[in-house]
Amino acid sequence: MKTTTLAPAPMPTLSHRASRWFARNLIRIYAALAFIYLFIPVAYTFAFSFNDAGKSNLIWKGFTLDNWKNPCGAPEVCSALGNSLKIGLISTILATILGTMIAFALGRYRFKGRSVINLLIFLPMATPEVVLGASLLAMFLNFRINPGMTTIIIAHVMFCISFVVVTVKARIASLDPRLEQAAMDLYANERETFRYITLPLVMPGIAGAALLSFSLSFDDFIITNFNSGTVATFPKFVYVSAARGIPAQANVIGSSMFFIALIIVVVGQIISRRKKLKVN
Amino acid sequence: MAFLHATTHASAPAIDNAAKKRSLTPYLLLLPGMVWLIGFFVLPIATLASTSTMTRPEGAAVGTYVQSLRFQNYLDAFSANKDQFLRSFIYAGIATLLALAIAYPLAYMIAFKAGKMRSFLLVLVVAPFFTSFLLRTIAWTQILGDEGPVVSFLKALPFFSNDIRLTSTPFAVVSGLTYNFLPFMTLPLYASLERIDPRTLEAAGDLYANGLTTFRRVTVPLSMPGVVAGTLLTFIPAAGDYVNAYLLGNPNTRMIGNVIDSRFFAIVDYPTAAALSFTLMAAILILVTLYIRKSGTDELV
Amino acid sequence: MSNPKVSDSRGDLHLNRLTKRFADFIAVDDLSLTVPRGSFFALLGPSGCGKTTTLRMIAGLEEPTQGMISIGDTDITTAKPYRRPVNTVFQNYALFPHLTIFENIAFGLRRRGVKDVKKDVDNVLELVELGHLAERKPNQLSGGQQQRIAVARAIVNKPEVLLLDEPLGALDLKLRRQMQIELKRIQMEVGITFIHVTHDQEEAMTMADTIAVMNQGKIEQMGSPAELYESPKTAFVANFLGQSNLIKGKVNSRSGTNASVKIHGIDIEVPIARMASHGDRVLIGVRPEKLNINANSKNSIGNGTVTDASFVGVSTQYLVKTSWNEELVVFEQNDAGAPDIKVGDTVSISWEPAHTFALDGDQDLSAGADVDHEAD
Repeated sequence: MKTTTLAPAPMPTLSHRASRWFARNLIRIYAALAFIYLFIPVAYTFAFSFNDAGKSNLIWKGFTLDNWKNPCGAPEVCSALGNSLKIGLISTILATILGTMIAFALGRYRFKGRSVINLLIFLPMATPEVVLGASLLAMFLNFRINPGMTTIIIAHVMFCISFVVVTVKARIASLDPRLEQAAMDLYANERETFRYITLPLVMPGIAGAALLSFSLSFDDFIITNFNSGTVATFPKFVYVSAARGIPAQANVIGSSMFFIALIIVVVGQIISRRKKLKVN
Repeated sequence: MAFLHATTHASAPAIDNAAKKRSLTPYLLLLPGMVWLIGFFVLPIATLASTSTMTRPEGAAVGTYVQSLRFQNYLDAFSANKDQFLRSFIYAGIATLLALAIAYPLAYMIAFKAGKMRSFLLVLVVAPFFTSFLLRTIAWTQILGDEGPVVSFLKALPFFSNDIRLTSTPFAVVSGLTYNFLPFMTLPLYASLERIDPRTLEAAGDLYANGLTTFRRVTVPLSMPGVVAGTLLTFIPAAGDYVNAYLLGNPNTRMIGNVIDSRFFAIVDYPTAAALSFTLMAAILILVTLYIRKSGTDELV
Repeated sequence: MSNPKVSDSRGDLHLNRLTKRFADFIAVDDLSLTVPRGSFFALLGPSGCGKTTTLRMIAGLEEPTQGMISIGDTDITTAKPYRRPVNTVFQNYALFPHLTIFENIAFGLRRRGVKDVKKDVDNVLELVELGHLAERKPNQLSGGQQQRIAVARAIVNKPEVLLLDEPLGALDLKLRRQMQIELKRIQMEVGITFIHVTHDQEEAMTMADTIAVMNQGKIEQMGSPAELYESPKTAFVANFLGQSNLIKGKVNSRSGTNASVKIHGIDIEVPIARMASHGDRVLIGVRPEKLNINANSKNSIGNGTVTDASFVGVSTQYLVKTSWNEELVVFEQNDAGAPDIKVGDTVSISWEPAHTFALDGDQDLSAGADVDHEAD
């Protein structure tokens, strides 16, 4: 038992209080620094999208909005972006369909050879991109296939499938089997149960997997570089122009992608929060 | 309570009847995806294996190779590039540890201290992804460049010599690797930390563990799956990367990825490139297997 | 039933020699049972007794290893869950989280091709008194509300048989009491056969007309709640359903309507009609509230020592150690104010012969007493 004293506690000094505050918020300060670290190059890229740079965007030469008014001003930058978007879209659709099918097979059925399938899903994720890219190119060369748009999409679908399977499988595994049983109990046959219960409940997982696929595909450079032949994607364009200076228009596109993605995510969150509030 | 909840869930009736019946459906579902993976992953790896033992016949054109089962290729390729191999693993290893050191507190803060900001902060972790990673890496080359703000600042300080540089150094390459794969470390860490019931941490406190002991004995073991997944997702791509070494390094920081790339494109020496790729893949798979065994987690598979 | 897909069987539910074997154990063992149409029937037993497996077989979620299930004259043993006129209120309710309450309830109607679901859904929402929540999502409802929606979602289909799997397990005590009465009211209003699986004996007794007590895949005893309570036939039932004092004894003689039984050197009387055993070795049973302290009832076992007294409001619960060192439980009504019997006091114990039952003496005294009532 402590004895209570009536003497007032000594007033903590200012430095004392500051160091206490610091100790209590150490982890928040650390996290804030980590975020600054993450965003320095993003901010730099954004800032230099306003540089009146001319051809090589290395040194700050003055503020201009010209790059934003005319993002396709630099030669080939927009065709590269168009290629990337097209590849990203097609690869995402294919990988999401194929990966989701595998995830359902793994999550909902018993069959022989499950461990082989699991290994085949895991291996592409555990293989460095150089090896994936080099091996595909070796095969294409062997079969005398010229690299191009098709080979890029083939490669992107291949490395996205595993990520889709893992994401969707996790969602299926977290599904309460009683929900599907309840649907069957309420006169839904297997097809209807899948359509009205299973699929809608797994949908957020599928959407997340598609988003992941798109960003992996859109940002991929190494595998693409091996299998693209003369086709330029946006990352390849940046890499190639790195030697002679990247046009400020590339910064405009990079920054726009960043803000578009951020807006989509934030608006999505606001909408879902609104929905909840409204009903309550 | 949490324990009880987990138990009831575990004892929930097993999957419905349809799942238990053997049918063709799973095979049909697997077929297209597996055809894709076999055609464009397994087959290429096999081609790579076969290419790795080819030789160029005397007098044949550049890029023409025939199979001659020359396993000596592996020894030749390895002994000529063992520095780059070693460097790749050391750089990737250091970058992984740095990323873990940066990401763990970050993930911990988002999981336990962020309150309503949680999902927003999580978005912020992923957000840099959407600016092309090449643009961000090039941004680093300019920020850390000889004319850049960091070097100018360091030069102004008394304890650095005037010819200090940050780019074209191993430091820059490792920083670039750390930076680029940081989200791959943070997300799995967050996922496993977020699953920890804060009440288990309170219970540890209740049972006379201080903050540090709680962290060491409860938090860390419970977040192990995230640590394993995060370190693998960082180490594997980092070990095979060549973009950071190319943009931020010098000829003495070349990693194995740079060698494979140049063997393929600049020198058109497919067998050596294939042998190196295959060796890299085998080395990483062995490391990964040992690591997963040792940490006792197979959640990733 | 408007849909030809769903079998149109009506009548009593029959389980005929039903067996379910899993890889390593037998969950349901040669079970036969008839549940009359329109009755409120409870399957009561401890965890692992096979009651939930039985329910899942009736629902079609589990296929029997052997035996037959029929409703009226229609065999539904192997019918798919969506082809039988049976609906289930699942444990933890299994409401579809992505659908509104209205759509949850309309789900079964829509699947059966009912064109105008609005009237039916509104009616059933009114029946469970939750009409104002139709547009909400399940996770915006309290536990008790979710429970009533789960019931509404099932009975809107007017099934022949409604299965309830531990339906009140997730609710707190007060809400559970309220829901017990509510469920009984709904059952009487709709007249559907209810089969209620529970481990809670009080819940079963409150609601059901007939209770089947299950143990290790078999039915120990079946009857009305009063019948099971007053005349248990096995030690398991005597201990699982309420509390019992069981004392080993030996039959001296049977004459007329009574038998004379010797327990630990004391002769007592037992009505022959209340003896479940024809053998000589018996277990004598008396419910705690039937034992009297310091009264002169006919069956007297002399003095004992009070070892514990717990005041529980309407009654006081005593533990009294007998001369042969067995602890008996005694409930005394507090109708004359707080009692003045204290721990350590010596009291006499007696009871009326009509309140005695006798069981086969070869059973474990504590069968059914030490099973985990709260386990899931």
